[in-house]
Amino acid sequence: MAVMTYRDALNEALREEMQRDPDVFLMGEEVAEYDGAYKVSKGLLEEFGDKRVVDSPISELGFTGLCVGASMAGLRPIVEFMTFNFAFLAIDQVINNAAKMYYMSDGQFPMPIVFRGPTGAALQLSAQHSQACETYYSHAPGCKVVTPGTPADAKGLLKASIRDNDPVAFMEGELLYNVKGEVPEDDDFVIPLGVADLKSEGSDVSIITHGKMVHVALQAAAKLDKDNIGADVLDLRTIRPLDMDAILETVKKTNRVVYLEEGWPYAGTGAQIVSMIQEEAFDHLDAPILRVTQADIPMPYAKSLEMLAKPSADRVVEACNKVLYR
Amino acid sequence: MAQTKTKKKSTKKHDVLTDYGVSPELAVELLRDMLLYRRFEEKAEEAYAIGRIGGFCHVHIGQEGAAAGSIKPLRDDDYVVTAYRDHTQAIAKGVHPNAVMAELFGRADGASGGRGGSMHIYDEACRFMGGHGIVGAQIPLATGIAWKIRYRSEDSVVIVYMGDAAVNQGAFHESLNMAAIWELPIIYVVENNGYGMGTAFNRVSKTDMSAKSVPHGVPASVVDGQDVLATYAHFRDLITEVRSGSGPQFVDLQTYRFRGHSMSDAVSGTYRPTEEVERRKEKDDPIVVLGDKLLAGGQIDQASLDRMDDEARQIAQDAVDFAEASPVPDPSTLYNNTWAEINEHGRLFFDGRHR
Repeated sequence: MAVMTYRDALNEALREEMQRDPDVFLMGEEVAEYDGAYKVSKGLLEEFGDKRVVDSPISELGFTGLCVGASMAGLRPIVEFMTFNFAFLAIDQVINNAAKMYYMSDGQFPMPIVFRGPTGAALQLSAQHSQACETYYSHAPGCKVVTPGTPADAKGLLKASIRDNDPVAFMEGELLYNVKGEVPEDDDFVIPLGVADLKSEGSDVSIITHGKMVHVALQAAAKLDKDNIGADVLDLRTIRPLDMDAILETVKKTNRVVYLEEGWPYAGTGAQIVSMIQEEAFDHLDAPILRVTQADIPMPYAKSLEMLAKPSADRVVEACNKVLYR
Repeated sequence: MAQTKTKKKSTKKHDVLTDYGVSPELAVELLRDMLLYRRFEEKAEEAYAIGRIGGFCHVHIGQEGAAAGSIKPLRDDDYVVTAYRDHTQAIAKGVHPNAVMAELFGRADGASGGRGGSMHIYDEACRFMGGHGIVGAQIPLATGIAWKIRYRSEDSVVIVYMGDAAVNQGAFHESLNMAAIWELPIIYVVENNGYGMGTAFNRVSKTDMSAKSVPHGVPASVVDGQDVLATYAHFRDLITEVRSGSGPQFVDLQTYRFRGHSMSDAVSGTYRPTEEVERRKEKDDPIVVLGDKLLAGGQIDQASLDRMDDEARQIAQDAVDFAEASPVPDPSTLYNNTWAEINEHGRLFFDGRHR
């Protein structure tokens, strides 16, 4: 095991996959000469040249569509969005072209392509730069959605996403780039899509979550532990494919569930998970499932308001106590 | 064919062809192609009228010269991408008329297995890359196919068609900019029929079509799409140039739609005068324009023209018969090809019917 940052883990995954397959290339704003807005692509231009590490104009719709076309023609592009907030300009290409092409063409055109970049709030960036975007992508059949929360998951899942033959929205956390963690030193360390990970074990309540919120869930679990309440923290890691077996397993074990996510509640990922749990494990529930999400408002700028709007460990603890009727 | 080129029209039999460097055989082939497109689209209209074809359906009647002339000079390994008025361009690129008609009928033997319909014809083997339904969204996609050609140092080219209204989309401008800076082998072709659905181009653009590519450093040219020989010659030369690495090109391919925007729309009335349509049909029918030239030049006679037309009608009828006989898609295939890779773990479908 090596200890490295989430940023370096992503960088290693990109480097290894580009070494492995000459059809893989990276395109986006500032990815080459600037080494990436968040330095995820640092050093790649030097190693792979400007044919494979390509600075694009600020034309999200245009360069995303170009990469979708390159994928249709047989290459394996990686599109970097400086943040997913800017990807809204390109969502037509992701949903209408990348996600639907294989079906519309009756299987003639597989679309291997990764759309990656940070999602979710950072610090005081206000409404247009602070939002979790995963549900926009998980809504559409044909698009896989991956949300790593740790350096090891970032590396293993990015490698799997690049090798996958479907479009993948790979959503990183802006505040995670400096997070350090242990990462296996194996060159072929790949985490298959669709496998959740139990990040902490307990038998009283299940906190199910994904992405950056894994860390908030773990903080909440530590607080609960002081009250002698044991929490399972289940990190879905991928939203689609979804490890429903792991979800049902923890539900059947604790019978009490809190879903934690960074996005808004309405039609959020949690809404989907709650629906599936009540369909498939209704008799195992001892309490209604509660959700902890961002406040149902655009993100405010003022630090005091922003803290109120974001999901917090305290709110997760509060929700856990509610489902435990404490 | 050995005569020197002259810009002046001549009454000599073969001069009209030598002007463009087109052999009599090729000219007759272009006429045969256009007749097929016309008869095919007429059959599609009939089938739509009796409910055999559903959804949106946009026919190419009046614009046959634009398709025939621009696609004919392409090689098999060149790519064509287009918008939703795509039937004849698919046939021109080699997709079998039976597969196109069966797709319009939503049958299993359709080019896209009945998943795409009129607007989404695909044929990977023919490098016919759709058939796209969102105005302008095919333009960056085609640019990416050209990117692949350059990435792999191949010598294919891409032709991407769009309607005149598409040049007001950001996708158009973003694409031309990228193709210019990266010198991609692609020809952006506006099938300029003057109207985006029911909106005349001059109502939605202050500048002329030929000005649209100039800010991006992409050379523009204009050609009369109702004159298939001129169109052929123009594209033959342009394709050679682009293949040699000259970078992207933009063509204002001027044409005219003899029918409504789609099957459910009026041919004329509110947005264009009936007299205008009648005048253009009278004067600018690409099939009549070429047919008259070849009759006058003696390259064909009336009997052979009639015979070619009969053959075209027969191929179109055969396509309808094929589509009628083709089964509807097997219900058990409803979920097929949603995902290219079903992962070993996790669920990909969420409607409760597919496990």
